[in-house]
Amino acid sequence: MDPALDAKIPAGPIEDKWDSYKADVKLVNPNNKRRFKIIVVGTGLAGASAAATLAELGYQVDAFTYHDSPRRAHSIAAQGGINAAKNYHGDGDSIHRLFYDTIKGGDFRSREGNVHRLAQVSVDIIDQMVAQGVPFAREYGGLLDNRSFGGAQVSRTFYARGQTGQQLLLGAYQQLERQVGLGGVRLWNRVELVDVVVIDGRCSGIVTRDLVTGEFHSHAAHAVVLATGGYGNVFFLSTNAMACNVTAAWRAHQRGAYFANPCYTQIHPTCIPQADETQSKLTLMSESLRNDGRVWVPKNPDDRRPADEIPEEERDYYLERLYPSYGNLAPRDISSRAAKRAVDSGRGVGPLKNGVYLDFSAAIQRVGFDTVWERYSNLFEMYERITGENPTKVPMRIYPASHYTMGGLWVDYELMTTIPGLYCMGEANFSDHGANRLGASALMQGLADGYFVLPYTIGNYLAPLLGKPAPGADHPEFKAAAFAARDRFQNYLEIGGTRSPDWFHRELGKIIWDYCGMERNEAGLEKALSELPALYEEFKRDLRVTGDGASVNQTLEKAGRVDDFFQLGMLMCRDALERKESCGGHFRTEYQDEEGEAKRDDEHFAHVAAWEWTGEPMKPVRHQEELEFEAVHLATRSYK
Amino acid sequence: MSAHGRHLTNLTLKIWRQAGPDTPGRFETYRIDSISDEASFLEMLDVLNERLIADDREPVVFDNDCREGICGACSLMINGQAHGPQRGTATCQLHMRKFQSGDEIVVEPWRATAFPIIKDLMVDRSPFDRIIESGGFITAPTGGAPDANLIPIPKVVADAAMDAAECIGCGACVAACPNGAAHLFTAAKVSHLNLLPQGQAERFSRVESMVETMDEYFGSCTNHGECEAACPKSISIDFIALMHKDYLKAKLANRRELSRT
Repeated sequence: MDPALDAKIPAGPIEDKWDSYKADVKLVNPNNKRRFKIIVVGTGLAGASAAATLAELGYQVDAFTYHDSPRRAHSIAAQGGINAAKNYHGDGDSIHRLFYDTIKGGDFRSREGNVHRLAQVSVDIIDQMVAQGVPFAREYGGLLDNRSFGGAQVSRTFYARGQTGQQLLLGAYQQLERQVGLGGVRLWNRVELVDVVVIDGRCSGIVTRDLVTGEFHSHAAHAVVLATGGYGNVFFLSTNAMACNVTAAWRAHQRGAYFANPCYTQIHPTCIPQADETQSKLTLMSESLRNDGRVWVPKNPDDRRPADEIPEEERDYYLERLYPSYGNLAPRDISSRAAKRAVDSGRGVGPLKNGVYLDFSAAIQRVGFDTVWERYSNLFEMYERITGENPTKVPMRIYPASHYTMGGLWVDYELMTTIPGLYCMGEANFSDHGANRLGASALMQGLADGYFVLPYTIGNYLAPLLGKPAPGADHPEFKAAAFAARDRFQNYLEIGGTRSPDWFHRELGKIIWDYCGMERNEAGLEKALSELPALYEEFKRDLRVTGDGASVNQTLEKAGRVDDFFQLGMLMCRDALERKESCGGHFRTEYQDEEGEAKRDDEHFAHVAAWEWTGEPMKPVRHQEELEFEAVHLATRSYK
Repeated sequence: MSAHGRHLTNLTLKIWRQAGPDTPGRFETYRIDSISDEASFLEMLDVLNERLIADDREPVVFDNDCREGICGACSLMINGQAHGPQRGTATCQLHMRKFQSGDEIVVEPWRATAFPIIKDLMVDRSPFDRIIESGGFITAPTGGAPDANLIPIPKVVADAAMDAAECIGCGACVAACPNGAAHLFTAAKVSHLNLLPQGQAERFSRVESMVETMDEYFGSCTNHGECEAACPKSISIDFIALMHKDYLKAKLANRRELSRT
């Protein structure tokens, strides 16, 4: 075991770990909490819930968002729901079952202790959010409604129409704004983290850039919490919001925080395919559509007839053919790869031949138009707004897209990174979803970390620091970091090349998508690792950012983010290359069985790969945290 | 199949450019020779911005993020309409197929005193956060919440609260209102929380402080109804009536409180 990667999992049976941790954890006296300042970066589900809770406890909190308001964070776009082991329906759910489903869904590449705790606190999240007024869907008797989701055999998903993420985020945002009004939280909006400052081995604060004035500021604190989301935008086209980026995590990585499992990315099977070359992002269509839609492509690649003129026998319902028992409801990673293979074989549909059909005509015939419309009307309308096609008349076209990243900053049981005093929560960390995340578990993890984990664990770090002076923002290390950041942004403005940050981002995304997307192999990854440094050199030489650094400059913001995406992209490919197995979202074509299914290698790869920054993006050092399975047995996932 | 691959040609864009809050602004005219009708309105602006960078000019600044119609970051008055011509649709979900070749399209920022311009088409909507801060929450500190199924909530009530809670805080209601009023935004949040059993404890203090904070920044409501027409979530102005009713009650209730002392 690498000494830096001690996960600090409490001893004892899995059911008792969290309780015994809480019984032993050091506490900060209520009157002393105000002596500690905590910085929370990012105000999505994890960040807003943590900032509000820490302020309620009495800590001084400074919260930072690059948005104009915390309510814009991309947690808001989650559609489906949030899992919790409430067992309100008496259908056999339990904490252990949610724990097991999450471990299995992650293809046995997550850490037992963290996942069990997640399942334990999931029930508290629902109580907390209902108390705050989140209008979850109800049954006629007034009790909470649930639905089922992929990877589970119970109904444990709570939802608010198709806008669960929105309602949860607004709940956390309102709680945060209450603390802003009470003076417990100082909120910095339109401000972006540009560096993390480490002094004498402890995280001592951050350096930010004000996106309106362009000014750089140093902020000192006793501890820093990053809740800055995932890095799915490295693909350029993804379901992430436009501004989602890896910068905060990457800057922390450069200051010593290990980055874990960057190659674990989730490609969601049901998104609207790219329509043209101007496309800026991809939109998800909820997975629930696959309950009634049949996926197919024409058997003949040259068949350009409209869908309704292609007779039954000339259609290939490939999911039903390949996975007869799961059919159109095969799991995300498997459905995605099958769609890619259909399109790669030239049988894609639509004007760019880059999608597959999701056809509701059989369902309409079976249960009637009204029933189908009632189930999916909001999604059908959204689809029509984007594509101009009515999916009850013409089959929907779908294609997989980058959606979520399971990898992230390495954290221990306390959510602390390898830098003492620097914590990481939500999608930005790596700990709970292994190599694949189940639907409706992202919201659960963000709120678990922010409400019920970090507010406990951070006290354990702060308590011994009481009365000890912490470095102020005038410390030379802060000055040096702010100076370097200013220099870096000035440099983007001065390169004076010919290509915009978006141009480079698009090219970067193509490389990552082609070689480190749904399928990877050694030759492709080697190719990516030769093309990426060359493109990165070109970026540094030929970037063009117009305007100046003293007022809003979205091109300049983008330049900084793309810079970090380049370095992350290299690490992703390196990680994918070194992980010589297939697991969850990481599919190496060399490691599959004769039927094309993923082949895990538990003997050599039942570990977390945590990468250390060396100053050279192409020369990271790989460390391993061995995963120990005490409560579950490693098994092969099969969906035939 | 719809007319895929169609291109619009010969578009004229008149876009408001303003370097900062205190500098005078002006319309600038740009030509878009050809754009796919599959492009969204914001992607059309992306194309323009890429061209401006290529010409060594500064791109047009505008707020946007999720591009799925849910984060509320995007704004824009398009030909005088908040979020443009399509009902129930935020600017980011508006697509170029709603326009014709040869169109002249006027693009302005939200026009409201309470939303000062930061730059070009980007405005400062922070007064919305001030309204939420003043009471747009249910006080329920983390931990100690009772079991979620302890209080049954009739489905119709939960659904009505959800109808109000769908507000994305974009500010179109304010921009569309001739008075620059924020009644629809405020009423949506007041109604969401005041309809629910959990919101009853703070019902009247909430509506009082939210309405009074709103009045510090925004204009008065004179029942034009433009807000509902512009709302990308089609939130009903009935909620404004609900807010007024609760505000009136709050004032009366407080008078009773005062008379007791």
